[in-house]
Amino acid sequence: MLSRTADNLYWIARYMERAETAARLLEVGARITLIPNAGDGYRNEWDALLRAGGTADAFARKYGDPVQRNIESHLFFDQDNPSSVAACLSRARENGRIVRTALTTQVWDALNTAFQELRQLERLPRSELSLSRLTDWTMKHAATVRGAIDATLLRNDGWDFLRLGYALERADNTARLLDVKYFVLLPRVDFVGSGLDNYQWTTLLRAMSSHRAFHWAYGGEVTAAKIAHFLILNPQCPRSLITCVEEVNLHLDRLARGYGRSTSAQTLARGLLAGLAELTVEDIFDEGLHEFLTRHIAEVSALGASVRESYLSGDVR
Amino acid sequence: MSTYFNEMYQDGAVRLPYSRLEAWMQAMPAELRSLKQAEAEALFRRIGITFAVYGEGGDPDRLIPFDMFPRVFTAAEWAKLERGIKQRARALNAFLADVYARGEIVRAGRIPARLVYRNDAYERAVAGIRPPKGVYSHIVGIDLVRTGPDEFFVLEDNCRTPSGVSYMLENREIMMRMFPDLFRETRIAPVDGYSEALRRTLASVAPPKCDRDPCIVILTPGHFNSAYYEHSFLADLMGVELVEGQDLFVEGECVWMRTTEGPKRVDVIYRRIDDAFLDPLCFRPDSMLGVPGLMDVYRSGGVSICSAPGAGVADDKAVYTFVPDMVRFYLGEEPILQNVPTWQCGREEDLKYVLAHLPELVVKEVHGSGGYGMLVGPRASADQVEAFRDRIIADPGNYIAQPTLALSTVPTFVAEGVAPRHVDLRPYCLVGERIELVPGGLTRVALNAGSLVVNSSQGGGVKDTWVLAE
Repeated sequence: MLSRTADNLYWIARYMERAETAARLLEVGARITLIPNAGDGYRNEWDALLRAGGTADAFARKYGDPVQRNIESHLFFDQDNPSSVAACLSRARENGRIVRTALTTQVWDALNTAFQELRQLERLPRSELSLSRLTDWTMKHAATVRGAIDATLLRNDGWDFLRLGYALERADNTARLLDVKYFVLLPRVDFVGSGLDNYQWTTLLRAMSSHRAFHWAYGGEVTAAKIAHFLILNPQCPRSLITCVEEVNLHLDRLARGYGRSTSAQTLARGLLAGLAELTVEDIFDEGLHEFLTRHIAEVSALGASVRESYLSGDVR
Repeated sequence: MSTYFNEMYQDGAVRLPYSRLEAWMQAMPAELRSLKQAEAEALFRRIGITFAVYGEGGDPDRLIPFDMFPRVFTAAEWAKLERGIKQRARALNAFLADVYARGEIVRAGRIPARLVYRNDAYERAVAGIRPPKGVYSHIVGIDLVRTGPDEFFVLEDNCRTPSGVSYMLENREIMMRMFPDLFRETRIAPVDGYSEALRRTLASVAPPKCDRDPCIVILTPGHFNSAYYEHSFLADLMGVELVEGQDLFVEGECVWMRTTEGPKRVDVIYRRIDDAFLDPLCFRPDSMLGVPGLMDVYRSGGVSICSAPGAGVADDKAVYTFVPDMVRFYLGEEPILQNVPTWQCGREEDLKYVLAHLPELVVKEVHGSGGYGMLVGPRASADQVEAFRDRIIADPGNYIAQPTLALSTVPTFVAEGVAPRHVDLRPYCLVGERIELVPGGLTRVALNAGSLVVNSSQGGGVKDTWVLAE
């Protein structure tokens, strides 16, 4: 397949996953602000959210104070923010249009419908758009696109590149969402283990639609250790880092088999998976959650660069 | 208005090919009609058949209005058209092969040398190169208008990369989906063999260096191009890659495309970009759309380019006048399809006539297209006519003039019901080892009452075009 086609497919998936994450970030933020402020240190949870998302500086330049309405604009509607829902959906759809021939009608339909509805949403008065409506809407379309991809696409290399995009983006995004917790909590370390602390952890679970799943898997008290285990090391959790990295390995292996050729991407991915498989929650907390996540995000980014170099850049020899 | 030939009604009676449609039209109440029209539009949007217009704001994806009332030809009418179209396509290709070789037609004094060799579309860079099978223009779109039961005129030839064939195919798909009964009860020749025929045609002109099943690609300027949908549609139907210039590179006298598995050799390029952008080393140095070194490979027989660079010199509006002579000169036959009488403003006596009769003529730029830069005398205001007069006087060689033709009309669904609207026809003739023509084409219709301009950019729409089987 053309490298450019593979690249477009890969980015459709990354943008769709990123759009979903933007919506989830919004949801985490909204819920965290619902609890009463407990002190000066973390007065502005929205700010924490932007830091975790990596767009705090851009936001400050354009909007100034992080108030909810501006955050909604920034994370949902703003085409200038490359990670906003609107920007991601528009770009996913444009990429889809470019590789229309590599998609089924159902996948195109799902991408196109999301885009057309987005244009209608943009025309509605903001007073009619509650935050939960925006986030639900995003989840719904993200699910439709993903469903169409999995239900109708040929299981060929194009499908592998799509799934690879999803898995890599999610491996990055779950880490970022987890990191919100770090930024919210950072100013006052003594809150660790308090009721507030647990409330924030639970919020995070809810935002990842994993609240119920968590209780089924662990039961009992919500503790930081359990949640970190669930979202990082539990292969049953669909968003955990290890699940994402396994998925990346699966599709890279399929590509290596199909093309009869292994690349540096496979080597890196295997190393990443082996590292996670041997890790315990204690290791992570010893290293520091934020430090671990920062390292993980960098490793995933290096893996992404390697995938690009090995398959998508067009310089393959 | 009564002077226009109405393809459905003649002397108060329904012409035979339209007899089934009369009943169909009568049986369709207005509500059903608007329902069907909405259904058709939804289908077009869904499939993604839009032409993209960027930089004008609004929805970048526009639909060309589709009119459900088909346009019909009998088998006999088509048989004659087909002979005429194929004849013209052969003559145009013979002309191209000649003017890039010895130029016999110029030596014989049948066409002025200046019109050929001083033509902007004449590519000196390809003189002396003989493309595979001697074919320059592989897809010839010949725009026809009808003025009477047996009177057809060629309005212009398109030898480079005529567009619109995706509409021919999709209009049919949508009609068959919406009105299956019509197709059960009427024997309508299918057009869906086009993509296979196109593939066959492209494969038949594989370069001499290609010793296997040729790898064909479509070269597009990219997804911002207004015809991008068509490019991807054709690639999909033929099962070939749709590439941009950046996907190709030249190495070792071959053209390669960049794939996830490494370079893959390309043999035939159906390009949908202009000559000027093909190769920055040979043509426009600032072109980002093309492939550096492509022309060297082409020259050495390592790749075929369809249409061949330089093919545009045959579809120039000034050269157009001489196509009937080409038919006589190369084929020794009388032309089956007539040209519209044309005045060349570059000729002094013609210019005098044109300036004296401006309000009754249609004046076009020699290199214009898309219905822009033209004057339709009878429908223009006095000011517009005078403004155009100044432009002609400033650069007479850039203009030709033709009488305002009484374009035939076909019933068309309009807000008030059904009304006659003017149409033209673009069939797509394929030239490779063989010459093929699918029975049908793109009928464009001027949706505004009285308008003679059928271009989609100027209020034109499209119709399904039927050729009845014997």
